[in-house]
Amino acid sequence: MPRIAVTVDGIKYEQDVEPRLLLVHLLRDHLGKTGTPIGCDTSNCGACTVLLDGKSVKSCSVLAVQADGSDVVTIEGLATNGSMHPMQQAFHEEHALQCGYCTPGMVMASIDLLRTDPDPSEEAIREGLEGNLCRCTGYCNIVRAVKRGAQNVGATS
Amino acid sequence: MSEIDPAAIAEQADVPTEPKQASHEVGRARRRKEDARLLTGRTQWTDNIQLPGMLYVQFLRSPMAHARITRVDVEAARQLPGVVAAFSGRDFAAEQGSLPCAWPVSEDIVIPDHPPMAYEEVRYVGEAVACVVATSRYQAADALEAIEVDYEPLPAVLDMNEALTGTSPKVHDQGNQAFTWKFGQGDIDEAFRDAPVVIDRTYVQQRLIPTAMEPRAVVCTTDGQSFTMWSATQIPHILRFLLAATTGIPEHMIRVIAPDVGGGFGSKLQVTAEEVLCLLLARRLGKPVKWTESRSEGNLTVHHGRDQIQHIMIAAEGDGRIRGIKVDLLADMGAYLMLVTPGVPLLGAFMYNGIYKMDAYDFACTGVFTTKMPTDAYRGAGRPEATYALERAIDELAHELKLDPMQVRRLNWIKHEEFPYTTIAGLTYDSGNYEAATDRAMALFGYDKLRAEQADRRDRGDPVQLGLGISTYTEMCGLAPSRVLGSLSYGAGGWEHGSVRMLPTGKVEVVTGSSAHGQGHETAWSQIVADALGVPYEDVSVLHGDTAISHKGMDTYGSRSLVVGGMAVLQACEKVKEKARRLAAHTLECSPDDIEFSQGAFKVKGTSQQKTIQELTLAAFAAHDLPDGMEPRLDADATIDPENFSYPHGTHLCAVEVDTETGQTKIRSYVAVDDVGRVVNPLIVEGQVHGGIAQGIAQALFEEAVYDAEGNLLTSTMADYLLPSAADLPTFVTDRTETPATSNPLGVKGVGEAGTIASTPAVVNAVVDALRPQGVHDIQMPCTPERVWRALQ
Ligand code: FES
Ligand code: FES
Repeated sequence: MPRIAVTVDGIKYEQDVEPRLLLVHLLRDHLGKTGTPIGCDTSNCGACTVLLDGKSVKSCSVLAVQADGSDVVTIEGLATNGSMHPMQQAFHEEHALQCGYCTPGMVMASIDLLRTDPDPSEEAIREGLEGNLCRCTGYCNIVRAVKRGAQNVGATS
Repeated sequence: MSEIDPAAIAEQADVPTEPKQASHEVGRARRRKEDARLLTGRTQWTDNIQLPGMLYVQFLRSPMAHARITRVDVEAARQLPGVVAAFSGRDFAAEQGSLPCAWPVSEDIVIPDHPPMAYEEVRYVGEAVACVVATSRYQAADALEAIEVDYEPLPAVLDMNEALTGTSPKVHDQGNQAFTWKFGQGDIDEAFRDAPVVIDRTYVQQRLIPTAMEPRAVVCTTDGQSFTMWSATQIPHILRFLLAATTGIPEHMIRVIAPDVGGGFGSKLQVTAEEVLCLLLARRLGKPVKWTESRSEGNLTVHHGRDQIQHIMIAAEGDGRIRGIKVDLLADMGAYLMLVTPGVPLLGAFMYNGIYKMDAYDFACTGVFTTKMPTDAYRGAGRPEATYALERAIDELAHELKLDPMQVRRLNWIKHEEFPYTTIAGLTYDSGNYEAATDRAMALFGYDKLRAEQADRRDRGDPVQLGLGISTYTEMCGLAPSRVLGSLSYGAGGWEHGSVRMLPTGKVEVVTGSSAHGQGHETAWSQIVADALGVPYEDVSVLHGDTAISHKGMDTYGSRSLVVGGMAVLQACEKVKEKARRLAAHTLECSPDDIEFSQGAFKVKGTSQQKTIQELTLAAFAAHDLPDGMEPRLDADATIDPENFSYPHGTHLCAVEVDTETGQTKIRSYVAVDDVGRVVNPLIVEGQVHGGIAQGIAQALFEEAVYDAEGNLLTSTMADYLLPSAADLPTFVTDRTETPATSNPLGVKGVGEAGTIASTPAVVNAVVDALRPQGVHDIQMPCTPERVWRALQ
């Protein structure tokens, strides 16, 4: 079994992994990082989205061995000093979650969206989140939240 | 041991001597309490649960729609590394029982045996035939491949009309008809005799896959005697009762926990094969077991929704006044009757008259077996189907008479001054104001301006045509008065339970029997209790979803939680206050009649003497000086049975642009004005409406579960079954009118299903409206570009 070294939410792990082990299963089953859920088996839903070296990926479509030497940030690693990331805060303020199952992925994808477009239009948000499915909210409040999150992030940076 | 000193406790716990709660909570757009854990990844999904020594379960599923099982050999799988056990259906034949159907709708109903793991015959693709239990997920999945199963193919039965012919192969020996159910009022023949206009249409409600984002998951553990099951379910209480009834394990030996549940929409209102089998596997192996479904497995085996063929006829006068409506349904049950499979069309049976007045109504429904996944409740269950057929047919009536579709609706609907109104279907609508909701929606939408634009585009022969769709809906929800459920042969009641526990420090623990999975009960119930008891919102916590904590409950479905469950909590608060009033009178040495309650304090009328509810709670806890006969607690329980259904209503308007060259549709604007009665939390209500509309639009434009000619599900993955993404949907304009329900003290009506019920016909009416000049009268859902384009050829 290959041995990998990966940093997840600021903690370094060294782990023997099966070559076929998915990153999302490494996180959930081996590292106890259950904040990142799984919603499908065809890389369609985006629930499992994390940041891999700063860019959003669907962690169900990455092998754990591919993350060797990388830095992974999950929804559990966003808060600093006990306060939520501005994007998490914006999701709360705008009621952009109901059951919350899509939420970790939505938040991570939204943060990544701002990396390339710090002030996205409604259309850019809708297109940018196309790979993340939500069954509860109808997306209206998610769009609002990402807009507010962009303002919050802008204000704090 | 030192004696408890209430004064010391009071000081330490900061028990207020002045009331702390001032403003009204009910009606406030509180941000949700639930969000903190959901937003930071500290949610407790069932699949997150890890127990020492836990084993992983995987099921082998039938690749055949219909076949006799002639051999199952699990021996090779047993030999593989990590595999602890492997079983065929026959290994559990003696103990697995038959999955329950709780709604035997008619005397003649056929309820076939439904073993959780098939061992003689399989009747849909995906039915479990064997299972593996291993020490890891991956090993369990690998081992499935080593199981050998021989099948002797039998003919698939896929088409409902064909299934009912005498020559069709049979799904079950008893035949393909599950039941017939009829209902009528008024003289329907008279209504149709010499009717100046008759509209006669057939609509197809395609099969849908509910697709809650959290796949199902089950964990079950045992101490050798009793069992604890975690399940991603909407119905922990019903599940516990029926697990006991199905397996014979005594009910008091089973605890069911629904931890955080990632959406349901009816799909987790079920007693599933996997739940029963995980319980039996935990018993047999004496170890904790976990099963988590893959999405593709879920598309095959989570019950599907809709799938009806609806024949609707309207008889009307020449001016558009409706005389009567006649409905004949075929409802696809799939291969078996699951929890409420046969009852779903009945929930629509009282709704095909909608908000309209008429002299006669006639409804008939036939349940049909096919070799497909069983259908069951999906958001709205029966009512979206009814509303769709009715609102589509009303548009056809308007077109036939060359009237504006809104005009026909206005002519026929119940006027606001006519409430309470007993409909032709026998329901008494307690309150409503269709005029107000419609006027508001028309203004927000700019109806007249859009009609003018439509005329202009038609005149210009614009390749992109504009269509306007209307849906003026109502629904029956807040399920349900138990006596009504009884009269419809449903197996249980419709009550709900709530308890209020007053903790010594003045904090309040509320236990509710309804089981939230995204609806925000923890927030909304806190608001209700804060107002009722005059305690701070922050001082209330809400517990649910665990049969050991919430010992009674009827769970969550049918937009019932607030209307029934919320009212049970409110009533428990009233009981708490009555006890507190007695204690206050005793403490303040006056008669209970001289005590008035306001904002958390019990005052002696006309004096400044008072005790806060927190002080009284502590006094009851210390119990040093209670009135004679009073038990030392203020806690209270209430179980309430609603006196009536509730009837949210509203007007949804949709404008769709249709490209006549490509068949592409684009929702240009969508306006929804809903009247859900009084609102506890407008933020939550708006969210429910948004999500509901999105699911209704999804049926209109995107989603369909498709089986091929052999009975294979072609839409078994998320790549094939298309849920709309943010890029597929517009921003909805939503507003509300507020006509309080008269059937409960808060005046609330429920909002979980309204958006889904209303939106599907609004969208399809708009698509058809755009294409009327081209002679188009109907497009079968989902109105994909291809279907629209074909309709135009
Ligand atoms: S679980 Fe990764 S995309 Fe669905
Ligand atoms: S909040 Fe439930 S899936 Fe998005």
